[in-house]
Amino acid sequence: MEFDYTEEQLALQDTLQKFIARDYDFDKRRAFARSPLGFSAEAWQQFADLGLLALPFAEEYGGLGGNAVDTLVVMEQFGSGLLLEPYVSTVVACGSLLRGAGSKEQKAKWLPEIAAGKLKLALAAYEAKGRYDLGYVSLAAEKESADWILKGRKQVVLDAPSADAFLVTARSAGKAHDRDGISLFWVPRSAAGLKMTPYPTQSGSRAADLDFGGVRVPADALIGSGGSALQAVQHAVDRATAALCGEAVGIMAALNQATLNYLKTRKQFGVAIGTFQALKHRMADMLIAAEQSKSMAIIAAVHADSTDEGERRRAISAAKAYIGQAGRLVGQQAVQMHGGMGVVDELIVSHYFKRLTMIDLSFGDADHQLAYFSDSLRKAI
Amino acid sequence: MDLKFTPEEEAFRAEVQAFFDAELPQEIRDKIELGRRVGKDDMVRWQQILYRKGWGAPNWPTRFGGTGWNVVQQHIFEEERAAHSAPIQNPFSMKMLAPVMQAFGNAAQQEYFLPRILRAEDWWCQGYSEPGSGSDLASLRTSAVRQGDHYLVNGQKTWNTLGQYADWIFALVRTSSEARPQQGISFLLINMKSPGVTVRPIIMLDGEHEINDIFFDNVKVPVENLIGEENKGWTYAKFLLSHERTGNAGIGACKRALKRLKEIAAEQPANGASLLEDVRFRDRIAQLEMELMALEITNLRVLSGYAKDQKALGPEVSMLKIKGSEIIQSLAELKMHALGHDALPYVREALDMNWKGDALLDSHYRAYAPPLTGQYFNQRKTTIYAGSTEIQKNIISQMILGL
Repeated sequence: MEFDYTEEQLALQDTLQKFIARDYDFDKRRAFARSPLGFSAEAWQQFADLGLLALPFAEEYGGLGGNAVDTLVVMEQFGSGLLLEPYVSTVVACGSLLRGAGSKEQKAKWLPEIAAGKLKLALAAYEAKGRYDLGYVSLAAEKESADWILKGRKQVVLDAPSADAFLVTARSAGKAHDRDGISLFWVPRSAAGLKMTPYPTQSGSRAADLDFGGVRVPADALIGSGGSALQAVQHAVDRATAALCGEAVGIMAALNQATLNYLKTRKQFGVAIGTFQALKHRMADMLIAAEQSKSMAIIAAVHADSTDEGERRRAISAAKAYIGQAGRLVGQQAVQMHGGMGVVDELIVSHYFKRLTMIDLSFGDADHQLAYFSDSLRKAI
Repeated sequence: MDLKFTPEEEAFRAEVQAFFDAELPQEIRDKIELGRRVGKDDMVRWQQILYRKGWGAPNWPTRFGGTGWNVVQQHIFEEERAAHSAPIQNPFSMKMLAPVMQAFGNAAQQEYFLPRILRAEDWWCQGYSEPGSGSDLASLRTSAVRQGDHYLVNGQKTWNTLGQYADWIFALVRTSSEARPQQGISFLLINMKSPGVTVRPIIMLDGEHEINDIFFDNVKVPVENLIGEENKGWTYAKFLLSHERTGNAGIGACKRALKRLKEIAAEQPANGASLLEDVRFRDRIAQLEMELMALEITNLRVLSGYAKDQKALGPEVSMLKIKGSEIIQSLAELKMHALGHDALPYVREALDMNWKGDALLDSHYRAYAPPLTGQYFNQRKTTIYAGSTEIQKNIISQMILGL
């Protein structure tokens, strides 16, 4: 067992901390969030130059051969800096899909493009009636000679507005709830018949609903073998979930620091409010919640690359459920202890709180994850 | 960052398992498995078995006869101890007195007392709290007045655990009232057989005799029984508490309790299926398991961090104590709730291994129920002893957060 980051990981952490201090302070972040793109194209290119976009990919495809703990290191900093760039969508989720289900040719073609910062991707997996169920796929894929015709809708596709292409789950056989019969397609943003409704999210990034009105894609748009994509999609979402756990932990640490500073400087009744025991003890609870969450994010990360789906999902569902609950505690109490300053847009506090809240709601909220984890206890007996 | 055990660690675990399988007396194991009363004899016998193996002190360095195990090895040992339903070792000697004696005691004290602890020749208990000094421990008033080659001790200690078995007590006593309360405290070793020492049982809410009042009436204590320097006892006391609190995370015990809880829930009937099929109940188990998963890693992160930096234990152990005590309490609560009606009978005799209940009571009660409700009541102590949860939060806010 080993509980420290490696020297390389610490160097990566340091690089990102310096980058945030220099190029991504809260004012700049606010400007990026309000820009048409919703993030910084310059930052994205810097990530490419730093190797961040190549991090999890195999060396033969121009990658750095990193693992999910490396991703954790990155995501903690994404959290503390509230970075808006579509890293989880492109590198973690879609990167995982290409790694896991793509052919050699597809990997050789696309992974170096991602690594170079020239290609951004978004995962279009969730549908209106499916809630958090990745297996609920009603978007139809029908064969027409050598091509596929895609018809149906996907909702809240994270980072879709800036994506160059989408990885789309579609039903090539069976009914909406079947685990089998799900295929994965590469659909360029410019595909004819694809209508996108973009919008900002509550935490400043961008997303969109997609309407596939008979989108025609060629045979080689199919990723992996047809009809059995769910496993790879689940793994991609598990990796993305573990990454969000890391991001949440980064936020909790930063939010606790901000709250602690406020407790020490804000005076009422002639003294710093941090001298009041009711607040001290709550701050202690928040610290414990953050430390426990960090342990859970580590558990999620060390399991995220595992191909044992049962063990992996058990770990990641527990981590996401725990962090969803802990994030709620830390976020709500940070706002509460900031008083009026907690509920204004001007301070970073409310932005941390909103991002924590959106993280909980992404890829399955605490209740959803708890349900999976709890069900798994029946088999463990 | 790697949570996998190395091949060496796995081999160590196998060695520990084989030892427990071969050496733990079945009757002791049965008592613990079934939650029946475990006595001093059982603990002494087990300590001697460990001693013969060379494992008498898993948390001590080798130069004092300990195993010298690192944090992960100690974790594995504790996990297997609990999993095999082996007794704990006397924590007052192993985890409280010994670290203090090793750090602050003199050579004569170390050479005399430590081997006797290893061989279970002395049973130690703790004299900290007093009727007027609980959370505000530094206000303690039991006095020790120097008279030539001895101290004369007068006063009362309370909430003393298992002092009815003890040969010795380590006690905080007031040797000066001149400066701040913390600056007039000394750490004294007192022979329980000294004239003037009286032990009075306090019966706890589960009906059991676990704790005591201890009275000192002109008790003579040789000056060589002073640990470290006079009036420096508060420093040693805090050092001791930080060691005590690391044990309070109790990961092994929590894991064992969680497993037991699942077994009970799987066998208890509810709505035509097992209680484990009841989502509302199962979610409560799941919630605790998540807390425990996190705490296991937090515990190892904190302890290995100290070990790596070769630092004395610090205020972070308060986090472990808070969480560990809450989890073990909640597990006890759920085990009791799993019983439904069977949580109600109080059949004190059933805590004895040799109890033979009548057939009717046996049919539904005997297998799990006798200890479980009592354990729930008893475990309320865990968020109170060794510094209550509120005191731990004071420590965190002051020492870590700087509030």
